[in-house]
Amino acid sequence: MPLKRKIKELQKKREQVISGGGEKAIEKQIAMGKLTARERILSLVDKNSFSEYDLFVEHEARDFNMDKKILHGDGVIIGTGTIHKKPVAIFAQDFTVAGGSLGLMHSRKITKIMDYALKMRMPLIGINDSGGARIQEGVNSLAGYGEIFFRNTLSSGVIPQISVILGPCAGGAVYSPALTDFVFVVDKISKMFITGPEVIKTVLGEEISMEDLGGARVHSEITGNAHFFAKSEKDSFAQIKELLSFIPWNNSVEHESTRVRDPKREFKIDQIVPDDPKIPYDVINVIKSIVDDSNFFEVQKNWAANLVIGFGRIDGKTVGFVCNQPLVLAGVLDVDSSDKAARFIRYCDAFNIPIVTLVDLPGYLPGVDQEHAGVIRHGAKVLYAYSEATVPKITLILRKAYGGGYIAMSSRHIRADFVFAWPGAEIAVMGPEGAANIIFRREIKEAADPEKMRKQKVREYKTKFSNPYVAASKGYIDAVIEPKETRNLIIHALKVSQHKSMAGPKKKHGIPPF
Amino acid sequence: MVKKESKNKVRFNSIFIDETKYKTQLTRKYKMRKTWEKPDDNKLSAYIPGLLKQIFVKEGQKVKKGEKLMVFEAMKMNNRVHANKDAIVKTIFVKTGETFPKGTILVELEPIV
Repeated sequence: MPLKRKIKELQKKREQVISGGGEKAIEKQIAMGKLTARERILSLVDKNSFSEYDLFVEHEARDFNMDKKILHGDGVIIGTGTIHKKPVAIFAQDFTVAGGSLGLMHSRKITKIMDYALKMRMPLIGINDSGGARIQEGVNSLAGYGEIFFRNTLSSGVIPQISVILGPCAGGAVYSPALTDFVFVVDKISKMFITGPEVIKTVLGEEISMEDLGGARVHSEITGNAHFFAKSEKDSFAQIKELLSFIPWNNSVEHESTRVRDPKREFKIDQIVPDDPKIPYDVINVIKSIVDDSNFFEVQKNWAANLVIGFGRIDGKTVGFVCNQPLVLAGVLDVDSSDKAARFIRYCDAFNIPIVTLVDLPGYLPGVDQEHAGVIRHGAKVLYAYSEATVPKITLILRKAYGGGYIAMSSRHIRADFVFAWPGAEIAVMGPEGAANIIFRREIKEAADPEKMRKQKVREYKTKFSNPYVAASKGYIDAVIEPKETRNLIIHALKVSQHKSMAGPKKKHGIPPF
Repeated sequence: MVKKESKNKVRFNSIFIDETKYKTQLTRKYKMRKTWEKPDDNKLSAYIPGLLKQIFVKEGQKVKKGEKLMVFEAMKMNNRVHANKDAIVKTIFVKTGETFPKGTILVELEPIV
């Protein structure tokens, strides 16, 4: 056969496989408001940058008449491309082919691209849209999942791993995204759960819709499994590209600097925080008054909103922010916000991103539900993550920093490199009201007018202890600064700590309170 | 612009921490939290949602500690409910064939003093 004809044959073969599950299945996919697997990849990577591998892989299942079935590409597309002109590895499950179900060869394609990603030290993006294990392939499907989970863990902290949930992702399948760094979900399209509504109904008698059980909103507001929520697939891809503009490509390269821009003038750093520690404000405005171009990219915006995490640039370089948010639940630490902070700190540490911590919190959230949910064990994660992190850590106390919350929020004592405080900072063992009631209990009780005495004692405590100077006098704070000095000082602190080197005792690994 | 934003924000609630009242917003999850109740060990409740299959006792009947009171199905398994003390069966709250959510009180006992 002459080469020309062979080329024709190849083209025909390609066309066939690229058609995925066929017209009808594609129509169904579109009717659900979803893009096809191929469209998804192409709208994510740079134009003309995608090359696909394992197009002609076929499944080897023989049982249950599977030998008569042709599954194009075995229900998954793998390949490499570029985003922002830098290489990425990518896989997308194709729901039009056998519901994107995962069989042995399907999983081998995924693990192949995962191996590439790790070997070439480039980010891995996984687009999940699958009905789950291919039941006909039995234990081979389970083996496939296991191989994926193992690689997720192996790559963790070496290359960025991004999961996009664009359809169902149920049962064991959910654990691959859960092991990755960032999970993206889309309203009404993403569905994640271990056991679905059907099983829950037959076994437990509880009736719930897929959306209420594990929809995009649930995972971005209630469970915290998702990091980014979008209204459409398009918006989700834009978010992924934005994230990739902030993070380093692997754990041994630095992210390249961008052009330095000053924060926008409308964010007036000395006018955001009210004097009264009981009055809320939006800490994001403080961040925006510090970062380049006032551009702050928030992570897990809707979950545990009492703590804000995300990326910004300072002097052109990416910085991770961990900040109490007085606007929500007075900015307390609790079970969820501790988990949120700790994981993000570890992410930044793994990828050499300096951490800036903005502190304004009254302490931990009181309540039986918190105690019984294990706020001790969860809160400990924050201490562990900060103590362990060796990246530059800069702390700025904006206003109140009381009790255990003060220690946890990257204090000097758990090895912050620089601790600064604004003049309105109150660093104390607890708020003045609570402290005065304990210290002066007898005086207040025995006074002719207890209420008057209480107020007087609170005032006394406030003037004496509710300020940054007690902590500064002991060297726990490096400098008390004016708000307008903040950005320059952080730039300076980052500069002087860029070659920071720390070595702890030799160990295999610690045992964090997971 | 910053000021405008904060003025347009929704209504504020307050929470107490160390006897100090802070003005703030609440989260959906915070509002959804359940208040704690002291468990009453005379009331036997379902630790899992299920379907009641059989009742072995009647109201007013004397039962011994450890005696089987009822069986319900959950997770495709039969779960037995035993008396946790010598008692008189005060009230039975469920019927055979009934499905119930987690935490439903199934039976109340009156301890024999």
